Amino acid sequence: MENSPDPAPPLLEVRGISKSFGAVRALQQVDFTLRAGEVHALLGENGAGKSTLIKVITGVFPRDVGIVRLGGEEVAPRSAKAALGAGIATVYQEVNLLPNLSVAQNLFLDRQPMRFGIVREGEMRRRAKALLADFGLDIDVAAPLRNYSVAIQHVTAIARAVDLSARVLILDEPTASLDRHEVEILFGIMRQLAQRGIGIVFVSHFLDQVYEISDRITVLRNGRLVGERETASLPRLDLIRMMLGRELAETTGTRASASEHMAREICASFEGYGRAGYVAPFNLELRHGEVVGLAGLLGSGRTETARLVFGAERADRGQARVEGAAVRLHSPRDGVRLGFGYCPEERKTDGIVAELSVRENIVLALQAKRGLHRPLSRREQDEIAHRYVRMLDIRPADPERPVGLLSGGNQQKVLLARWLATSPRLLVLDEPTRGIDVGAHAEIIRLIRELCDDGLSLLVISSELDEIVTYSDRVVVLRDRAHVEELAGEAIDVGNILAAIAADGAATVHEGRA
Amino acid sequence: MTALLPRRGLAQILALIVILAADRMVSPQFFDLRLQDGRLFGSLIDVLNRGTPVALLSLGMVLVIAMRGIDLSVGAVMAISGAIAASLADGHSLPVVLVAALGAGLVCGLWNGFLVAVLGMQPIVATLILMVAGRGVAQLITEGRIVTFSSPDLVWLGNGAILGLPVPVAIALGMLILTGAVVRGSALGLLIEATGGNARASELAGVGTRAMILAVYVWCGICAALAGVIAAADIMGADANNAGLWLELDAILAVVIGGTSLFGGRFSLVLAVLGALIIQTMNTGILLSGYPPEFNLLVKAVVVLAVLLLQSPKLSGLAGIAARLRRAKA
Repeated sequence: MENSPDPAPPLLEVRGISKSFGAVRALQQVDFTLRAGEVHALLGENGAGKSTLIKVITGVFPRDVGIVRLGGEEVAPRSAKAALGAGIATVYQEVNLLPNLSVAQNLFLDRQPMRFGIVREGEMRRRAKALLADFGLDIDVAAPLRNYSVAIQHVTAIARAVDLSARVLILDEPTASLDRHEVEILFGIMRQLAQRGIGIVFVSHFLDQVYEISDRITVLRNGRLVGERETASLPRLDLIRMMLGRELAETTGTRASASEHMAREICASFEGYGRAGYVAPFNLELRHGEVVGLAGLLGSGRTETARLVFGAERADRGQARVEGAAVRLHSPRDGVRLGFGYCPEERKTDGIVAELSVRENIVLALQAKRGLHRPLSRREQDEIAHRYVRMLDIRPADPERPVGLLSGGNQQKVLLARWLATSPRLLVLDEPTRGIDVGAHAEIIRLIRELCDDGLSLLVISSELDEIVTYSDRVVVLRDRAHVEELAGEAIDVGNILAAIAADGAATVHEGRA
Repeated sequence: MTALLPRRGLAQILALIVILAADRMVSPQFFDLRLQDGRLFGSLIDVLNRGTPVALLSLGMVLVIAMRGIDLSVGAVMAISGAIAASLADGHSLPVVLVAALGAGLVCGLWNGFLVAVLGMQPIVATLILMVAGRGVAQLITEGRIVTFSSPDLVWLGNGAILGLPVPVAIALGMLILTGAVVRGSALGLLIEATGGNARASELAGVGTRAMILAVYVWCGICAALAGVIAAADIMGADANNAGLWLELDAILAVVIGGTSLFGGRFSLVLAVLGALIIQTMNTGILLSGYPPEFNLLVKAVVVLAVLLLQSPKLSGLAGIAARLRRAKA
């Protein structure tokens, strides 16, 4: 763990990497340096560019510009297999092994010990056993891999990678599905590998674990390098600030005072609302003409809250009320009937129907709300589509174009149009500005304010704290799947939000490292 | 939403014309029509008449496939409904026979829909169950024999004529119009295409996907039952072993030839029926040519390939979408 401060020649050196997907710039001039024998955490919110960086390093994606040096020599793998050959191994969250084969077969897949063209099972098992013994595992290597826990599957994947003479080991969210004890085992192995001189890249959104295991931290944000720090000298608050806020922007919103807002009528309220193992029970009041922001780190329960509020997930406790009356909210259908709308974070998988036209995508929710027997005539559909294409400036302004051909920002506008067409009382927007270009970004934010002025109630999730501060009348802060703080009026600023997110976590860090 | 008669479909119409021309070369009398006893006769009418069962099956199948499902049990459902119709025909009036046979199809559809929509089974596995079991049920109904009947009403259903058209053809035409009216006259068409295109997104938009899945399997079952009754009426008997055997594959083929993707989404009822007719035109042509029926299968494969290649501009368009989506993914 204690790496020497003097600059040893870096094991892996990434310089000036850029990568664009169409108009979206996923990585811009990113540098990354991994030393031999260190655990280096790679952090950032969704869409920050972590996965893209890993995939560029390992040759899954070709890079646009930039160089990668391994042990001082330039490498340019064209596939994950080539990267493995060069000594860079990646273990993904979903273990990429074959669960139906035995542990030993997985370890020696593609390189089984052979004699006269026949696999030497005994020899393979003996070697598998010896290999896993290095990692403190004593298991039946002849049993199929799926018989074992995710932790052991991870260790198997790591053992295979290391045995393939990996010098760089990239672990992408390895602890996401592990329990505390299994995390300890994994960390033990990581420390041991680091001592052997292997450089480990650790991607995780569990900050406690980052502080426990990593020596240094690199933070990405919106495809750019924010900075590289020694873990020991980086306070948690500063880290969160690096991840969420570019700078502590002095934002002067047009927001009304807190007292003025308390006077507005309640649109929907949730009392003791929650679901076991999903998000802790919370109280939430949403008023007409008000934007409530949900802030927190990835995995803090923001999306979970949004899904409960809309009805995409069923609550197992608490009561939802609309305009004061208790309501049933068990499914998206219930939500739509109550006048709720939900633009999910994953536009492509949960939002648009790519094959259908802009018009069909726009009228979908309204048609679902009206029911099968009251179809919108083609003329009504055209009229609605034209109105929103004009109002939201959707481009190209062709309602018959398949929506899959539109840019991300325009797809987001189509989704907004889909819900606006239903004349909703409450709109839930999960990361409405994610992955869209700067121009559309500002437009969406302007739209949010306008909708709110029209009396709509909005619940908006965003990782961009500057953004949340700009448009929110109140901000609910989440941590560890619970609502921990509510800020209103003048109290809404990036600093207060960061403080709430970091709050008691700082204490656990010190305990953890003591 | 595509209209009942869509602009696309050029490939299918071209294919049909080419096959018809080939048939004409094989059999010079192919286009001859004559009126006898108030009924039209000729090879073309024969194609329509023989093509009716698969056309009916494809009407149900196209909706199931548009919802990203598949129904392998339609051949077995034909056998069941045919067995029921044949067993009841002598001794019950035609309406009773029809209600019983189509009711059986409805129950079969409900069963498939229940497995897929409620239990969440994979459609191919779920309907495989009834594909196997259904033929057994049909054999139990006929007690393993070929049940024959002589009820003139049911015989008329298979061999009579309305306005010169064979009754089965008139029924198929009526079913096409009815299905089109229900699907495109209501919002069902749009919601099916949305659900087939992206079920998660449609559900989040408030579409009741489960009820719709149930509905399309039920409709598919009813269409199959009707095809079974007509097939039984045609031969004046029910053969549980052979009625509708392998026709599920022809129905799937008809839907695919009609340009509906097995991945769901956009569909066309008219083109699916046209697909069924293309298949039957080939079958009839090969029979007329005197080639051994073994050729049938090979020729079918070649024609399917040709139709799919003719459609390829659309396929490459879709490939273009996929490529853009992939590039846009961050």
